[in-house]
Amino acid sequence: MSKSEADAEPGAAESMDSPVEQAAQQTPASLPLRVDGLAKQFGGITAVDGVSFEVEAGSLTGLIGPNGAGKSTTFNCITGVHEPTAGHVYLDGEEITGLAPYEIAQRGLVRTFQIARELSEMTVLENLMLAPKNQLGESALRSVLPGLRDDVVDQEQELRERAWETLDFFEIDHLATEYAGTLSGGQRKLLEMARVLMTDPEVVLLDEPLAGVNPTLEEKLLDRIHDLRAEGYTFLFVEHDMDVIMNNCERIIVMHQGRVLAEGSAEEIRNNEQVIEAYLGEDI
Amino acid sequence: MSDDTATPDSIETPDSALGAVLDAAKRSDLGLVLLTLGLIYLAATVLTFSNGLNSVVGLLRTLTFLGLVYALSALALNLHWGYTGLFNIGVAGFMAIGVYTMGMVVRSPDPAFGPPGLGLPLPVGIVAGMAMASLFGLVAALPALRLKADYFAIVTLGISEIIRLTLQSSAFDTGLRETLAIGTGGGRGMGMPDNPVRSLFLVDGQAGTPTALGEFVFGTFGDGGLGIANNILIGWGYVVVLAVFLVGFYVLLERLGRSPFGRNLKAIREDELVADSLGKNVDLIKIKVFMIGCALMGLAGILWFGSQGNVSPTPQFEPILTFYIFVAVIVGGSGSNTGSVLGGIVFAAVLFEGPRRVGSVLRDTIDAQTPPTFADAVLTLDPTAMLAFATDNIAPLQFVLLGLVLIFIMHRRPQGLLGDRIETAAAVDLSGRAGDRGGEADE
Amino acid sequence: MFRERPGLAVVTLVGLLLCVDLLAKLAGLGVGPLGGSLSVSRLGSNLWNGLVIGLVIGLAGIGLSMTYSILNFANFSHGDLVSTGAFAGWGVAFVIAAAGQAPLRALATVRGASDTTPGEIGAHVLSTPLAILLGLVAAFCLTAAIALALDRAFYKPMRDRGSIALLIASVGVALVVRYLIQFVYGASRRGVTASVDGDTLIGPLGISATVHQITIAVAAIGLMLAMHYMLQRTKLGTAMRAMADNKDLALITGIPAERVVTATWILGGGLAGASGYLYVLLRGTIQFDFGWTLLLLIFAAVILGGIGSIYGAIAGGVIIGIVFTTSTVWISSDFNSAAAFAVMILVLLLRPEGLFGGVSTA
Repeated sequence: MSKSEADAEPGAAESMDSPVEQAAQQTPASLPLRVDGLAKQFGGITAVDGVSFEVEAGSLTGLIGPNGAGKSTTFNCITGVHEPTAGHVYLDGEEITGLAPYEIAQRGLVRTFQIARELSEMTVLENLMLAPKNQLGESALRSVLPGLRDDVVDQEQELRERAWETLDFFEIDHLATEYAGTLSGGQRKLLEMARVLMTDPEVVLLDEPLAGVNPTLEEKLLDRIHDLRAEGYTFLFVEHDMDVIMNNCERIIVMHQGRVLAEGSAEEIRNNEQVIEAYLGEDI
Repeated sequence: MSDDTATPDSIETPDSALGAVLDAAKRSDLGLVLLTLGLIYLAATVLTFSNGLNSVVGLLRTLTFLGLVYALSALALNLHWGYTGLFNIGVAGFMAIGVYTMGMVVRSPDPAFGPPGLGLPLPVGIVAGMAMASLFGLVAALPALRLKADYFAIVTLGISEIIRLTLQSSAFDTGLRETLAIGTGGGRGMGMPDNPVRSLFLVDGQAGTPTALGEFVFGTFGDGGLGIANNILIGWGYVVVLAVFLVGFYVLLERLGRSPFGRNLKAIREDELVADSLGKNVDLIKIKVFMIGCALMGLAGILWFGSQGNVSPTPQFEPILTFYIFVAVIVGGSGSNTGSVLGGIVFAAVLFEGPRRVGSVLRDTIDAQTPPTFADAVLTLDPTAMLAFATDNIAPLQFVLLGLVLIFIMHRRPQGLLGDRIETAAAVDLSGRAGDRGGEADE
Repeated sequence: MFRERPGLAVVTLVGLLLCVDLLAKLAGLGVGPLGGSLSVSRLGSNLWNGLVIGLVIGLAGIGLSMTYSILNFANFSHGDLVSTGAFAGWGVAFVIAAAGQAPLRALATVRGASDTTPGEIGAHVLSTPLAILLGLVAAFCLTAAIALALDRAFYKPMRDRGSIALLIASVGVALVVRYLIQFVYGASRRGVTASVDGDTLIGPLGISATVHQITIAVAAIGLMLAMHYMLQRTKLGTAMRAMADNKDLALITGIPAERVVTATWILGGGLAGASGYLYVLLRGTIQFDFGWTLLLLIFAAVILGGIGSIYGAIAGGVIIGIVFTTSTVWISSDFNSAAAFAVMILVLLLRPEGLFGGVSTA
């Protein structure tokens, strides 16, 4: 499975700058995802209060913070579930602030859900074949008219091939004809991942992908994510499991009380006083 | 029609010819429908054979006609509800729009009696009816898309009743005649154009001057042959036309369902947020499918009520009609087109028409006077008299039965007759590894 | 607020226009398409008639609103509970009013025994007040019992199912009740009230009111006050309000759910039956399916008032009743009901929580 996107960072030379400075040297247009001054209020409550960060291409960026830090709300603002009260979100330099979720997904930013939302009355294969964008057969007319339907059938065969390849990659091909409702929790997470990948995305937002997943499966999932990253996909990760974030993400953004508290590498975050204070008592 | 994707177990040789037939029927959708129809025909024949051939053939025609029109309506509703999860209880209203539009477009501008129309040909009227129903569907769907299922249902019910009351209104009729020179006929309704099937058998539809086809059919089955009344034969001719339309509906809806479009519908029914997050424009899809379904409902209305000679808003298009069609969909199993066809046939014959006929046959066997009221019947303390009253007033009891069946289904078997079949929505076979099956299409 | 909700702006604008037009009409002025003439007494009659019928609809709506919020489904058999109350109550009223004048079975079935009754038998509050009163009581009690029985038989086994499944089952229950009524009582429409001289009073502004209308208004308001007292002053009433308001929270605090459910059916069903009885008293005639025909109007009232709000149901009923009767100022009476349905649809589209919905306490 190949990613047709060219890698970002065309000319950035290896430097001794911190990742933040490196990021600052990149032109905004080359960044897959950029959030600028994002704010969201619900009635009198300010859930997100001026959040700005950047996610580099082909990176695994972690978003952490104590409960109530505003991570989910930030996610929802980026993906269009909520309309931000203020601020901007840029995908590949293009503004996507306030667009509907489906429009954002169409442009290449997709998400998985914390509690896997498998479509239980569809088989795993069906779930996957739902995902790709702009299928010919999504038009009622093309599905029905005799000549045009042949084109739809052809495309369905191609999609089926792709779906099988994706299932192989995630090692759940043996579940292809099972109804998604019969899958275990961990298998559903894999299904979610596989499904969003079928949309051929640029940026994938993962909402606690490892919650409730057993260690073996966790390792497998992380391996897959790293493989995909190597192919050029960009991941933004929300996780509660500190170890996972520290060991896997090259950049980490820490949120606290609706703001970005700190960002940097795992090492920098581990030693950051403010972060330690915010997580008082938690193991870093 | 497509086969079930049944896993091939070890092939057992059936015990008897009957077993073989049942086996084949279960594995094929067409077989299932024909088997059911056959059983119904058998029961109907047993019930009325003592009244003569005309009686039997006439009853079979009525049952088949009702079965087909309920099947057509159920298929259309199934697209909304079974596939997409849109709880539309305004079906009667959209059917009324279809048939009334057709009437208004086709009727003569200068009729002997009844409201005037545009005088255009029947095919134009049919297309206009479907388009108008579809347009009303758009108007209904647009604002109501975001509503919860039961609120959406109540809105559709309200719209259906507003449509009926408007068609019933003489003020509206008058206003329409003054502005557009067409009318609805108000509470009295309007006469429907002549059934074109009739002119297949009789020249200009006039009795006594048969066409070549008419000569042949009447000669073989009618006066010259088996002795079946000509009108019943013409009625059967229309039934054949309906069956052709049914096949058309079925193929259309199967193709819609087994495609990416159908997949989107299933996803929306189950979890709109997922569809949204995967890039599907849920609102647009809902509008499209609602319009398509309403157009089909309009056509079903035309085929059903347009052939009955006269339409009027009350009692023909009261909400109870919508609920009957719902029962048909539920009995058959929502989400499956074959289920809707089966449900329509079973509902019409077994729940709607059947009990009445059985009741009247039973009544003939009872040798007693019918007490004039329920109170009188009870006070006689005579079981025979009470039975006589019951069978003579079978109509309300039939609906009590219908209600009980509906409750029973919701309690014990909400998936209906065919409900546990969940069909995969794809234009290709998804039941095995691509390599094994060689990527064959399903049709 | 209006910029964000254009629909609301349009509706408010139309409402204002109608008010201006009404005032112009009353004054006898004509201002282009607006204005015209409308006598105060006619408008007053419309409003009075609308109030009376609205109170009846509101009374019926209380039960519907309660089952909707406490049991979480739209009960499509509620209209047939209304019919049940009417037939049960009027049977009792007739027996008391005309015992001896006609065979008992004819009276009990509200003249369902068609040609065995000589002449007209009717009841009237001026001639047979006891019969009318006891009929009302019977309507309440019998319907309460039947509603409870229906719940135990048909809805209780489905408590955990979704609201759509319950809705569909309630359509089945509606069919059962309605056609049992037709089977027992017959399908014909018949008159129930006698005509008595001097039963119409002329009130202020030349508005005429019949004694029956006044009786109905008094009875309806009385029942609503009783309901109000029960809700505000008794433990059960508080529990009901809590559950209608926020079911999950109420359950956590240990409110006996099944007891509240039973009370809901008894009270809601009883009020439905009473309203059916009063409706027939108002109309003077009775037919087996009148409740079903009324159902959508009752839904309109409940939705307008806000589901779960009992005072909302009453207010909604009155507004719907007034819309029903007063729409004739502007549109043909053919569209009485249609106007009410249009109001309902607008509410669902623009403010689905209704007037009082989302506000706590009943």
